[in-house]
Amino acid sequence: MQRRQLYNVLTVALLLAITAGGLTYTQLAASAYIQRIVVGLGISLILVVSLNLSNGFTGIFSLGHVGFMAIGAYTAAILTLPLSLKRVNLPDLPGWLAHVQMSFLPATLIGGALAMVVAFLVGLSLMRLSGPYVSVATMGFLVIVQVVLINWDSMTRGGRTFSGVPPYTTLWWTWGWAILTVYVIWRLARSSYGRRMMAIRDNEIAAQSLGINVLRSRLVAFCVSAFFTAVAGSLWAHFIMSFSPRSFYFAETFSVITMLVLGGMGSLSGSIVGAVSITALSEILRNAERGMTLGSVHIPPVYGASQILMAIIFILVIIFWPKGLFGNREINFNALWSRLLKRTEAKEAARKEVE
Amino acid sequence: MLKLEDVHVYYGQVHALKGITVEVQEGELVTLLGANGAGKSTTLMTVSGILRPRSGRIIFEGHDLTKISPYDIVRLGVIQCPEGRHIFGGLTVRENLLMGAVQRRDRNDVHKDLGWVCSLFPVLGERLRQTGATLSGGEQQMLAIGRALMARPRLLLLDEPSLGLAPVIVQTIFGVTQQLHQRGVTILLVEQNARKALQVANRGYLLETGQVVMSGTVEELRANPQVERFYLGGSAE
Amino acid sequence: MTDFQFFIQQAINAISIGSLYALMAIGLAMVFGILRLINFAHGDLIMVGSYAALLLLAAGAPFWVAALAGIAASTIAGLIMERVAYRPIRGAPDVAMLLTSFAVTILLENAAILLFTPTARPFPAPAFLGTAFRFGPLRVASVDLVAISVAGILLVLLTLFVTRTQVGVSMRAASQDLLAARLVGINVNAVIAYAFAIGSMLAGVVGLLWSARVGKIDPLMGFYPVLKAFVASVIGGLGSLPGAVLGGYVLGILEILLQGLLPEALTPFRDGFVFVALIILLLFRPNGILGSTEREKI
Repeated sequence: MQRRQLYNVLTVALLLAITAGGLTYTQLAASAYIQRIVVGLGISLILVVSLNLSNGFTGIFSLGHVGFMAIGAYTAAILTLPLSLKRVNLPDLPGWLAHVQMSFLPATLIGGALAMVVAFLVGLSLMRLSGPYVSVATMGFLVIVQVVLINWDSMTRGGRTFSGVPPYTTLWWTWGWAILTVYVIWRLARSSYGRRMMAIRDNEIAAQSLGINVLRSRLVAFCVSAFFTAVAGSLWAHFIMSFSPRSFYFAETFSVITMLVLGGMGSLSGSIVGAVSITALSEILRNAERGMTLGSVHIPPVYGASQILMAIIFILVIIFWPKGLFGNREINFNALWSRLLKRTEAKEAARKEVE
Repeated sequence: MLKLEDVHVYYGQVHALKGITVEVQEGELVTLLGANGAGKSTTLMTVSGILRPRSGRIIFEGHDLTKISPYDIVRLGVIQCPEGRHIFGGLTVRENLLMGAVQRRDRNDVHKDLGWVCSLFPVLGERLRQTGATLSGGEQQMLAIGRALMARPRLLLLDEPSLGLAPVIVQTIFGVTQQLHQRGVTILLVEQNARKALQVANRGYLLETGQVVMSGTVEELRANPQVERFYLGGSAE
Repeated sequence: MTDFQFFIQQAINAISIGSLYALMAIGLAMVFGILRLINFAHGDLIMVGSYAALLLLAAGAPFWVAALAGIAASTIAGLIMERVAYRPIRGAPDVAMLLTSFAVTILLENAAILLFTPTARPFPAPAFLGTAFRFGPLRVASVDLVAISVAGILLVLLTLFVTRTQVGVSMRAASQDLLAARLVGINVNAVIAYAFAIGSMLAGVVGLLWSARVGKIDPLMGFYPVLKAFVASVIGGLGSLPGAVLGGYVLGILEILLQGLLPEALTPFRDGFVFVALIILLLFRPNGILGSTEREKI
């Protein structure tokens, strides 16, 4: 046990060090363009990892999570919007809201909490369903959120752009939340709660016969993942500073799901790798979309091509690596440490022999 | 008639059949015995073309079954009645039976055979218009066998026809199996109920974890102390 | 207009829309029944058919030719979809198939945007689809009558198909027990191709009627119809053909009912209410109206 705890501490320390180092470097040395990509990556990471909790670990195939992202984004943005802008852009806001202006953290937390409440209420009915019914029902949830956002003019400006959101999101906020999300979900997955969720995912009836309260476990997974998804929404809202209901619809859903599937549902390491790969790939493709010159050949801009390519890549991944890059395994740091330590021990022993 | 030669079948990484060699002569009733997971159903599924072996051949009257599609295998006359019945719950008994003859072109004879199957299993005749899902377990098993018979099988593969059924029904089923055998239908019977199987068979093979560990005539198998202890419920002392 | 006349007017509306939903839902149900695949890309078949028809109309072809071309285009697109995207992943978990259909949708929609630009184009419906008949104060659009009658004819033909023909009964068998179907000697690949072909053909027909009703087409036009078709399928019971038909009409009636009954301020939220109704329904009948009420058999 001692050994394993040591390894865990080492792993966490190493990852934190790498992240902190990487972020510091990015903050100081990287271009604004790269910084934006790293922020975007952090947000995507939160989205993928929280979706993994419900889809990968618990087997609820939710297609409507972006709805929670929207809830988080709009709630936090409404709360942080400066009073002057509120008067101009949201003149019909109800009295008590029109005079509120919060800072980033409380607004984000409220957004997350609201999403959790919605998830709970919606989940009470949806979490009894299984298989394709859950997917269609959660899709319905996304459509409902969309309809509400577009029509609740007084709160959201309806279909028009919601702009003027203060740019609170920084590298550190994003990755701070990302690390927290990964940590919470990692602990949850390793806890008895996590085992219950995976049991439900693998065989619902068997899980029930073991006395697992399927509804409760699913609700927990759904609500926790909704919380973090909403946090990601708030981060994103304060990053791009203007958005509309259409920003939270099926295109976003597809890109998060691509990252999830590529990494492997049920694997946190996979989600991280998936998020990084797809972010990198879409950036490359998006640049290529603008047209480029290869030697003497000029490739004209083909807008929309990146989406098509992503879709093709996705289909290929499903055909050839249906379990994604990591399946439901994680990178085994413990094995790496023990090998490393054994090697140093062996070297020590060899040295002592020579002496 | 049927010969499996050194067949190896894998489920992903798991080596399920490790070089099975089995032979069935025309007119014989051969039984595959063994515990759960020994590979008996896997063998039948491979013969029917649902599973493909990684190596080995399955020769049926000169054709290599490992190289042809499941529906062509059915066309050759190799018909399986699978484990767990697998009848079409939403179709009527009549539709189920006619489905068994889906490959046949001789309409008149199909209807004659329908009558014959109903005479073998009168209960089916009574329930022709009922949907499959409303039948009891035993009736469903009879329907499954009847459906297989509608294809006029040259080789009938029966997978655990007595599983989960009341002893009375088991009697009926084994009775029918024997009848078919006497009529000249070649049968490969997979069974966990070794005693009953050895009562109707000519020869048998014993499978354990994917390998044939023993084979021989029914007398040889019955006499073998290992078979007696593990599969026939101990010596009769 | 008396209340009764208003009721008739709306009823025709509801049945006409319901017919379109029903035809779409049947295509989905056929494929789901056998493959357990929720084919999101089914909606894009509407789009493919409509654009094909538009191209021919623009080239001066008579409507009948364009219509047949549209239906043929949908059918071919559906068959290609099956062969290229879905056959290689047969046997994969349901989730993988669902996601793949998502990917196919994105692919088709973006390809269409590239080829035809995202702006909507007018769809020149022929005279016989664009007129309206007056019965006193009632105004019945001809396209509604055509939709209802075409749906009626197609439904009768389909029923005969699945009950009287070898292929049709094989299709039903395959959707009930795929393994048994293979063991009985049914050529499952062929049956699946038939299911896709018929479903796609129906989508093509729906595409023409929808485009004529709405008057214009755009690359994303298939999205809402397929969503509605899903809801219809789920209402009636996923995988069940009579369920799909029932669900389609129930949905059409529900939409018109909500449209009429919701107070002025809430009408834009109508689609939201439809989904709420769906979720409530699923609470009581998790497998749809005609789906089994039994829990899964172990």
